[in-house]
Amino acid sequence: MGKFVRQLLPFGSLVLIICILSALRPDTFLTADNFLNVLRRSSVYGIVAIGMTFVIISAGIDLSVGSMLALAGMVGAAVMAAMGQANPQAGTFVTGTIAGVIIGALCGLGNGLLITTLNLQPFIATLGTMSLFRGIALVMNRGQPINVSEYTYLGEGILLDVPVSVIIFAAVTAVAAFILRYMKLGRYTYAIGSNREAAFHAGVNVKFNLVCIYTLIGLLTGIAAMIQVSRTVSAQPTAGLGAELDIIAAVVIGGASLSGGQGTITGTIIGTLLISFLRNGCTLLGISTDAQFIVIGIIIVLAVAVDQLARARAKTSEKIV
Amino acid sequence: MTESGTQTDEQTVSALVMKGISKRFGPVQALSDVSLTVRRGTVHALVGENGAGKSTLMKILAGVYRPDAGTIEIEGLRRSFERPEQALEAGVSMIYQDLDLAQHLTVAENVFLGNEPKGKLPFTVDSRAMAENTARIAASFGFDIDPMAVVGELATGDCQVAEILKALARKASIIVMDEPTSSLSEKEVERLFTIVRQLRDKGLCVIYISHRLEEIIGLADEVTVLRDGRVVHSGGIGQLNIPAIVRYMVGRELTDFFPARDVKAGDAAVKVSNLSSGKRIRDIGFEIRRGEIVGMAGLVGAGRTEVARAIFGIDKKTSGVISLDGREVSIESPADAIANGIAFLTEDRRRTGLCIGLACSWNITLAGLDRIGMRRIISPARENKVAEEIGTQLLIKWVGPEAPVDSLSGGNQQKLLIARWLLCQSRFMIFDEPTRGIDVGAKKEVYTLLNKLAEQGKAILFISSELPELLGVTDRILVMRRGRMVGNLKTSETTQEEVMHLAAVEN
Repeated sequence: MGKFVRQLLPFGSLVLIICILSALRPDTFLTADNFLNVLRRSSVYGIVAIGMTFVIISAGIDLSVGSMLALAGMVGAAVMAAMGQANPQAGTFVTGTIAGVIIGALCGLGNGLLITTLNLQPFIATLGTMSLFRGIALVMNRGQPINVSEYTYLGEGILLDVPVSVIIFAAVTAVAAFILRYMKLGRYTYAIGSNREAAFHAGVNVKFNLVCIYTLIGLLTGIAAMIQVSRTVSAQPTAGLGAELDIIAAVVIGGASLSGGQGTITGTIIGTLLISFLRNGCTLLGISTDAQFIVIGIIIVLAVAVDQLARARAKTSEKIV
Repeated sequence: MTESGTQTDEQTVSALVMKGISKRFGPVQALSDVSLTVRRGTVHALVGENGAGKSTLMKILAGVYRPDAGTIEIEGLRRSFERPEQALEAGVSMIYQDLDLAQHLTVAENVFLGNEPKGKLPFTVDSRAMAENTARIAASFGFDIDPMAVVGELATGDCQVAEILKALARKASIIVMDEPTSSLSEKEVERLFTIVRQLRDKGLCVIYISHRLEEIIGLADEVTVLRDGRVVHSGGIGQLNIPAIVRYMVGRELTDFFPARDVKAGDAAVKVSNLSSGKRIRDIGFEIRRGEIVGMAGLVGAGRTEVARAIFGIDKKTSGVISLDGREVSIESPADAIANGIAFLTEDRRRTGLCIGLACSWNITLAGLDRIGMRRIISPARENKVAEEIGTQLLIKWVGPEAPVDSLSGGNQQKLLIARWLLCQSRFMIFDEPTRGIDVGAKKEVYTLLNKLAEQGKAILFISSELPELLGVTDRILVMRRGRMVGNLKTSETTQEEVMHLAAVEN
């Protein structure tokens, strides 16, 4: 019962926000165009948040995702530029995209290995790589962005009336949800997050699964990075600055606990959309991007506080002795 | 009647009177009209099977839960606790089974946690006063403990002394101890008894919850027995003996406490030779045949759990060969061990056994997803069915297989873990203190289960600190002392004294 209520809360808040904004700006907010735009804008951070869900359920955290977004994008764009921007073929773009995705996965693998073989706490390890990856992204092209003017499909393309980025987001969501619920990696993620020692004693290969989880978020960040590059037709070394905050907030608002063992893909989607609609609403209401920080901050604190309250109440009423 | 008993006859006001307490959690009526009277200067035992309501009653006393009905009177004054702090102020101190101390702080800091004497400057704490006061209280009761020792480095027995000092520092008049001896060595148990008697002689009341009925007989002045949330007996310990208490607890005779077994042991299923793991255990060797239950006795710290951990691949072996059914096996991790058909039910189910926030069914299948045909894809529907079946088989009391694990009582949680290993269909099963912290009825179920497993041809290693159960259940007993194996006895030809002697006495 408690679990159901806990998922209802973020969903309820999402519905509430949509209703309030619809009432305040019916002409600009409540349009198909606007909704599609919000979905499209949610795709990049949303895809990373899907990966972050696994990480947080495993009682870990990845602060380097913003930097990975930048680095993967820069490398992907660099490959495309090296292969001949002047006369771009489809092959160039495909290769560049794959390169970006692989770099993301490799960065994630690096995080995973640091955490498992050196036994570094995820917070510390990814705090370090956050700086490292960002540094490489900046140094690569002396702080300058890399332009890829024809690379528009992922960011702006439409397939069957739906933006390609949204299709990719949906596909990633479906696959991730399947893995989390129906496959061992998902199940072991919950077990490791709930009680790492117990999982180990039950034969779970904790280190291997953790490496998989961090590589997974890296891979997804690589995909998100290439969509981002496509959207702005350039790779920015400053991309994703501060992204980790929105992404982690989305997962926590969606019901995941930072102490591990809890969380769902559905919850993360709701959390992602909540933040997206909030930002969208702020823009339509004329609230500056700076002030948006205040709004988002308040929402995050409220969401976590309410969740803690609900959790505490559930604990005292459910217990049987 | 004890001396303190005659003293308290003069007083008309009891230290504690709980009357008509009822409490319901959802569909479960945990307590119905329970009354408890504890007089000053007595040790009052509270017994009952798991789920009988002992913990709930004490948590109501400690202000953790609010009762649906009933009253609490302390020293004649009606009290109603909204928060645990209020109970503490009223003089009620709880010492839980898993002690509640801050591992990185010293004894003195723990004793005065939340209650620190103020220093000269504002917002400071007078550390010297803390240490001195701790030493003073300890001395007045004759406890020997270093106030400056860091709790994380203390033995369990000393940690308990720290908890008791904490209660005394708060001027507790009622101290509740929940299963205090479950992790103590024999020597530490003796020491605890002395402490409890001292507390009683100084006029405090000690409410003592324990499954160890021999202890109750030796220590308590009065006893209250709960069954299914009701009081079935309350009064002086006087004429009561263990069978009588058990009868009240379970409502029926428990004859043949240790179920009979008639199993012909087969070939050697497990052969361990020359097993060593660093300095912890050295040169351990033994054999277990199919259908045999071999016990492992020894004092706390003798290395019994370390043997299990080395076999199961948790600790690194520095030497040793393990053979199963005649073939040597290489085990570097628990996953290897499980794949080779070894199971290990650990002694600390909260820390190394259960994933508390997850569902019961998930906990049951965790080690055996491959075995139930879920190597690639997990089917939640079938998983629940499997869990339901094995839950019924083991008589697990739960709301359903999807319920979270923390809604189960200790005994049922233990059964859950047994279910996990049954699912793996292991051929060699290691049980480390499987009956710790579970009630009499559930214990017998565990013994019956062990017999059944032996009948199925499994080899069982049964590690335990309770000599009676080792003598009642096993075919042979291995004795560990200081990391070495010092005895390999045939159960039918040995005695508690002989086992204890081997375990404790250096020669």
